[in-house]
Amino acid sequence: MLIKTEPPLLSIDRLAVEFVTPNGRVRALDDVSLQISTGEIVGVVGESGSGKSVTAYSILGLLPAEANITSGSITYLGSALRELGGRELKAIRGSEISMVFQSPQTALNPIRPVGAQIADVVMAHSPLNRAQAAARAIEALREVRINSPERRVHAYPFELSGGMCQRSVIAMALACAPRLLLADEPTTGLDVTTQRAIMDLLVELTRSRGMSTMFITHDLGLAAQYCDRVIIMQSGRIVEQGLTEQIFMTPRQPYTRRLLSATPQAHTKLIDLIPASEQQVFKVSSPLTAASKPNRAAVGSPVLRVRGLTHEYPLHGAPRSLLRLLGRRQRSDKDGANKFRAVDGLSFDVAQGECVGLVGESGSGKTTTSRLIAKLVRPTAGSIQLNGEEIADADPRAFARSAMRRVVQIVFQDPAASLDPRRTAFEAIADPLRRLEGIRRPAELGRRIRDICDLVELRPALLGRYPHQLSGGQKARVGIARAISVYPALVILDEPTSALDVSVQAVVLNQLDRLKRALGLSYLFVSHDLNVVRLMCDRVMVMKSGSIVEQGKVDDLFRDPQHPYTKSLLNAIPRIDFEVDAGSGAKQLSNFP
Amino acid sequence: MMQRISALLSHACRMVARNGVSLAAVGIVTLLLCLALVGPMLTAYPPYVTDLANVLSPPGRLHWFGTDQLGRDVLSRVVASARIDLFVAVCAVAASFTVGVGIGGLAGYLGGAFDLWTSRVAEMVQVFPLFVLAMALVAALGNDLRNVVLATAIVNLPFYIRLARVEVGVLSTQLFVEAARVAGNGDARIISGVLLPNVMPNLMIQLSVNLGWAILNAASLSFIGLGIRPPTAEWGIMVAEGATQAMAGHWWLIVFPGFALALAVFAFNLLGDALRDMFDIRSR
Repeated sequence: MLIKTEPPLLSIDRLAVEFVTPNGRVRALDDVSLQISTGEIVGVVGESGSGKSVTAYSILGLLPAEANITSGSITYLGSALRELGGRELKAIRGSEISMVFQSPQTALNPIRPVGAQIADVVMAHSPLNRAQAAARAIEALREVRINSPERRVHAYPFELSGGMCQRSVIAMALACAPRLLLADEPTTGLDVTTQRAIMDLLVELTRSRGMSTMFITHDLGLAAQYCDRVIIMQSGRIVEQGLTEQIFMTPRQPYTRRLLSATPQAHTKLIDLIPASEQQVFKVSSPLTAASKPNRAAVGSPVLRVRGLTHEYPLHGAPRSLLRLLGRRQRSDKDGANKFRAVDGLSFDVAQGECVGLVGESGSGKTTTSRLIAKLVRPTAGSIQLNGEEIADADPRAFARSAMRRVVQIVFQDPAASLDPRRTAFEAIADPLRRLEGIRRPAELGRRIRDICDLVELRPALLGRYPHQLSGGQKARVGIARAISVYPALVILDEPTSALDVSVQAVVLNQLDRLKRALGLSYLFVSHDLNVVRLMCDRVMVMKSGSIVEQGKVDDLFRDPQHPYTKSLLNAIPRIDFEVDAGSGAKQLSNFP
Repeated sequence: MMQRISALLSHACRMVARNGVSLAAVGIVTLLLCLALVGPMLTAYPPYVTDLANVLSPPGRLHWFGTDQLGRDVLSRVVASARIDLFVAVCAVAASFTVGVGIGGLAGYLGGAFDLWTSRVAEMVQVFPLFVLAMALVAALGNDLRNVVLATAIVNLPFYIRLARVEVGVLSTQLFVEAARVAGNGDARIISGVLLPNVMPNLMIQLSVNLGWAILNAASLSFIGLGIRPPTAEWGIMVAEGATQAMAGHWWLIVFPGFALALAVFAFNLLGDALRDMFDIRSR
C-alpha cells in the first residue's frame, strides 16, 4: 500500500517536548518518532494528556511559550522545521501544512463573515487581490459541499450550524492547497450524523487532492473507519503504530488492547469495558437506611410518568431584540408565532429500577426534557408525575425546598462545570445532605459522605480537594456522589460521560450500573452516544425536533430500527469491525483478553 | 475554619511573593495603613501647632519636608492626612460596595423589572461626570465630612451595581448554580453561598481601584474647598494651600502631599491585581 522508497512527506524523529510549570518541568512528549507519507491518512489516537495535540502543535511551531522542544527533529520535505525562522514557518503554515482545530465555533473569528476569513488566508499566501480572494473563498466553500456558497460567504459563524462552521474551517485550511492537513479532533462536539459527513468529506478531499492528513482523535472507532495507519499514544509516548487493520485486529501492546476493550462497540457488554484484572467485586455495605424508604414508589407504579410534556421558548424578532438590549423582557404570550417549541408533547414512563435512554442530536430537545424533569424549568404544558405525585406545575424555586426535591436528582453533562470551583468535594456532596435531609451534625454528615464515597469508589482523601485539583474521572464521581447522596428514586444522567476519556468512561458506566442495582435507582439516561445507551439502558427513546420518533426495547431498536431517523443515527456510528467487510463476522473483536 | 483561614493566608503570601508588582503594592498599602493608624504618634511635631518663628523653612535636618506658611511641620501634616483620607475612602467604598453588590447581585439574579429599573437608575447617575456630581451632592447636602463620604459612595454605586449585575448574571447560567438548586438550596442560599463567593475575585479588583479613586475624590473635593476644611491636615487642602506659595518657590508645600496622594492612588490601583490572585482559588 505504501511506497517505501519514496521519502516521507513529514518525518518526526525522537521528538521530546517539556512544559515548564510552576511546579517544575513536565515532559509532554518523549521520544516520539513518526512518518507521514504522501496520500495517507494517519490517525493519532490517545486519551487526554497523551500528547497527541502537542505533537501536531510542535510541527507547526504553535506550542505555547512555556513549552520547549528539548530534542529531536521535524523534517518536512527535506527541510528541518525546527531550524526555520518565524517568517519561513509562517509561509509554510496554511499553504504547505494546514490545521483544522477542535470546536469550530472558537476557531473562527465571531465578528467576521466566514468568507472574509477564508479570503484573509488566501491573500496571506498568494498575490491575489481581495476580489479574487473572495472568489476563491466561494470556490473553497463549494468544495466542502456548502450549499449556495455565494450566500454563505457573507454569513457570520453564529449564523451557521456546528457542522457548517467546521466545513468552513476545513475550507479555510484547504484554501491554499496544502500538502499536509493536521486535523485535531475535527468532529468532537458535533452530532454523529454531522461527524460522519465531515469525516467523509475530509477523507474524500484528502484522496482527491493527493494530500496527507494527520487525524488526531480520542475515538478509536473513527480512527478504525477512516485511517490508513494508526498511531496509539499514551502519556507522551508512542505505544504502538501500524496499519489500521493490524492495530485493531492484532494489537500487540496491552495499552492498545485495553483502549480497544474500553471503547463501546456494537457487540460488547458493559463489564467487558474494564480489564478482567480490575473488575473487583462490588461490595454493598448496605447504606440503605430508613431515610431512603420514602423515596420508593408503591410496587408496580412507575417512578416517572410523563404525559403531554411541552415546553416553549419565546423567540425575539429583530425589533424586539433591540428592546431586549434595553433590558426589556417581553412576554409574547399573545402570539404563538414568536415561540419555539423545544419539547412537543412527550409521553413516557420510567419504571422502578429501569434505565431509559433518551437519544437525539443537538437541538432535539433532549436537554430541555432533562431540565424539565429535573425541575430546573417549569413546562409550558403537560404532566410530570414522580412516584404518583404531580410536580409539573411546581415553581422550580419552590420545588428546590420541597420534600420532592430528594426524589429526583440529576448528574450534569460536564462534571467540571457542574461543581462550584470554590467548594471542596466534601462540601459539594454535603450540600444536598444538609439542605434536603437536614443533616447538621458533623459526625453524621461525615459518616454519610464516607458511605457514599465507598459506593462511588472515591478515595476519602480526595474530599478536601477543590474541583480543579481533581481529575476528570474524580470530578465525575463527585457529581454522581452528590446526586445519589440523598438516595433519590430517579436520577437523570445528562450525558454523564461525554467529557471523559474512554477508559474513565468505562469505569464510570460500570459504576453507574452497579449503583442502580445496589440502590434500586431508576435512570433517565440522556446521551448522543448510541453505543453507550445500548450498554446502559433497558429501553430507549429517539428524539427529534422535540418529539419522540421511535421508542422500544434496546435490543429491538438497535437490531431493527423502524424510523428513518433512527436508521441514519445508527448508520453514522463509527465502527471497528473489519471482518464485516471481509464477511467473516465481527465476533473476534470482542474476544480480546 | 482556622485551617481554612491559614490556608488562605499562606496562599495569599505565596501569590504576593511570586509577583514583584503585587509585593510593592501590598507593601505600600500596608505602609499607608500603618501611617494612618499610628503615624501621628511617630512624627516629631504635632500637625496643628504653628511656629511663626519658623515659617516656610525648606526641607532640612529638623523639618524633613520643611514647614508651611504657619510654621507647621509638613511631614507631620502629610502623615496625619493619611488617616483622614483613608478613612473617607474606606467608609465610602465600603458603603457603595455593600449596597451596590446587594442591588446589582439581585438585579442580575432576578432579572425582569427590578433589573430594568435599577439598571436605568444606575445609568442615569452615570450620565453625570463623577466629580461634578460629587461636588453638587456635597454642596446640596451640606458641607461636612459625613456628606463627603456619602457623596463619594453615591457616585461609585453604579459601578458596583453594574459589575455585580453582569458577574452574577453570567454565573447564574452556570451548571454549578443549577446543581446547587437541585441540591435543595433556596434563592438566598444560592446568592450568598454560591454566587457571591464566586464573583468576589473580580469585585475585589474594582474595590481596590475604587479605593484609590475615592482617596483622590476626597482630596479633590477638599482642594476646591468642599467637605474637609482647613486647618485639618489633608492632602487636598495642603496642595490647595501650598499652590499659593508654590509660585514663590516653596515647592515642598505641594510636592510632598501631592506625592503622597499619587502614591496612595497608585498603590491601590496595583493592589487590585494582587487581590484577585489572592482570592482566586484556581491558582492555589
